Amino acid sequence: MSIKAWTFLFVALSFGLYLVIAWISRVRDTKGFYVAGRGVPTMANGMATAADWMSAASFISMAGLISTMGYAGGVYLMGWTGGYVLLALLLAPYLRKSGHFTVPDFVGDRYESNVARIVAVLCALFVSFTYVAGQMRGVGIVFSRFLEVDITLGVCIGMAIVFVYATLGGMKGITWTQVAQYWVLITAFLIPTIAISIKLTGHTIPQIGMGSELVDHGVTLLAKLDQIHRDLGFQSYTEAFTGKWDKINVFCVALALMVGTAGLPHVIVRFYTVRSVKAARWSAFWALFFIALLYLTAPATAAFARYFMIHTLHERSESELPGWFHNWEKTGLIIWLDDGDGKIQYFGAKDPEKFARNEIFRSGKKLSTEDLETLKTQHRLWMESDGKEGTDGRVVMRESGNAGPDRDIIVLATPEMAGLANWIIAFVAAGGLAAALSTASGLLLVMSSSVAHDIYYRILNPEASERKRLLVGRVVIGFAVVIAGLLGIFPPGFVGQVVAFAFGLAAASFFPVIVLGIFSRRVGTIPAISGMAVGIIFTAAYIYGSVYQGMKPWCFGIGPQGIGSVGMLLNFVVTLSMTPFFPPPSKKAQNMVESIREPEGAVKS
Amino acid sequence: MSETKNSDAKEIDVRDPRIASSIERYWSKNLRIMALLLAVWAIAGVGCGVLFADWLNEFSLGGFPLGFWFAQQGSIIVFVLVILVYASLLNRLDTQHHAEIEKISPSTNKISGKAGDQGRGEKTT
Repeated sequence: MSIKAWTFLFVALSFGLYLVIAWISRVRDTKGFYVAGRGVPTMANGMATAADWMSAASFISMAGLISTMGYAGGVYLMGWTGGYVLLALLLAPYLRKSGHFTVPDFVGDRYESNVARIVAVLCALFVSFTYVAGQMRGVGIVFSRFLEVDITLGVCIGMAIVFVYATLGGMKGITWTQVAQYWVLITAFLIPTIAISIKLTGHTIPQIGMGSELVDHGVTLLAKLDQIHRDLGFQSYTEAFTGKWDKINVFCVALALMVGTAGLPHVIVRFYTVRSVKAARWSAFWALFFIALLYLTAPATAAFARYFMIHTLHERSESELPGWFHNWEKTGLIIWLDDGDGKIQYFGAKDPEKFARNEIFRSGKKLSTEDLETLKTQHRLWMESDGKEGTDGRVVMRESGNAGPDRDIIVLATPEMAGLANWIIAFVAAGGLAAALSTASGLLLVMSSSVAHDIYYRILNPEASERKRLLVGRVVIGFAVVIAGLLGIFPPGFVGQVVAFAFGLAAASFFPVIVLGIFSRRVGTIPAISGMAVGIIFTAAYIYGSVYQGMKPWCFGIGPQGIGSVGMLLNFVVTLSMTPFFPPPSKKAQNMVESIREPEGAVKS
Repeated sequence: MSETKNSDAKEIDVRDPRIASSIERYWSKNLRIMALLLAVWAIAGVGCGVLFADWLNEFSLGGFPLGFWFAQQGSIIVFVLVILVYASLLNRLDTQHHAEIEKISPSTNKISGKAGDQGRGEKTT
């Protein structure tokens, strides 16, 4: 069977499975719809959280990022896992005890203010929308690359599936689908890496293989990579703090990602779905455990693929090139512009002299298919006329920052690089779809609950009946799916950049108010809202300034990705320094804090 | 209004000084465990993975430079363990605390607790 036939089979099977699960776990009340009836077992909730958390970006792009960044790629690994420690120790058990449906709900009640509630809703919606657009796009891309279906059609199929199981089963349907999606995505990620590990180092466990000697070389993989990188003018693979990733930036980005993770509403809400405070703690453990399976494997995938990539491309001639190269050349993820000697030269930017001879590029985001064809034709003309006519495509590409292959190719093409069977390659496609769909559905539920619960029920119509609230929840989720799909079909240019910044904004806004709301009885409404406002305005302005206005990173040289750490600090400082001058919260709110801290009983005073 | 408690939640009267001091003790133990584990988190993740990574890279673990290993493997393993330890310690502390409260005021008022719960629950469910 061909890769395409296998892919069709796997995608159809997995989608069928999701729909069956949705039908079995359909719900009739808001408790089932928003928090899965608070009856999800801890291990299942851990898997669902892991699938919820690991998006198309984690599955497809992260290993590629690490592969090109080397040591500095660790910021994503540490940032996206370290946040769970904060979540488990500082937030999850207390929020579960509070018994709310959503994060804005908690913020609104603790600070006794609808302004705080609305600010929290807006933050939640902003974070979720930027995120979900990327997921829907991811669904479309997987469809188009593996099944040669139009991106728009791919997004529509994804939308239809999510629409069915999200409206039917709400949080309950989403949770059990995510459990299934977790297994699909983790298997699809592990099998190719294990296979490639055996091939390169003879070790079955990739985490060990990564630190072992290469078969027939007598030198360790990482030492070999460092040496290749030095020879070809790339930054060292294992050395810390190279280029723009200096110590303060690595530190700030890792911290912003950690704190942002702990502040992301679609992750927090998962801890509302378990039975008790104790279950919330175990659930946090299982979540990180299941996430770690992928996150500990990704750096191995990255290192293996890096070695394979250079080894199979550099100094090779047309006839020696592997099949995967031609497959992916069609998609523009990798482009070869020869200088006329018929051999590939692949160099890095650290050594400008060598870099000028680099021949490996990617089409990037800005280049359309037509532009690319023109560029290739011009380049061929230039090559054949010995530089008299046409243009040197290498110069054009180098100057537009498109040197080197697209990072997505690392995960997508790894199975082909390792020469694995067709069905394994096809399974990776199903895994990518599972990763994108699971995250999208979690985010859609957050949007639905923010609007239907926090705005409609808590502010606009507190008298609404259970039936009516459930209906509103379903209608809103339906709308959200459509909007998310439209954003996936017509992606606004800012989405790609904004997703990374969503963490900074979550770190600077949610995290401090929630932590102070739990650990301080004294912090009142006005200081909390001021802190949130200062944190988010500072962070948003700094990001906007440096990305769109060309502002210099004046704050200790910290780039826009890491500035959320500073925003968070400002939020804490503002809130805490204002607190002594403003009245403490009411007896009711103080009582709520008491009650949250008491793990089981209901506090009466 | 949200549901603030489980239907079988025990009502605890904090006006009783013995209960108040039991809650106090529970909370300060909780904070101590938390502070200790957050310190481990900071040293492993932010410390070994970032702040001392260049220095740790002078050493090696198998085929890994140590700082690089901490950034891409070690820190994640430590994070998982930190949550594991936290969940087991705190859940045990919860059980102890629960038993302590039970000793001071046995659950005779379970019925009244339930009635109060329903009263509040009506607004939400």
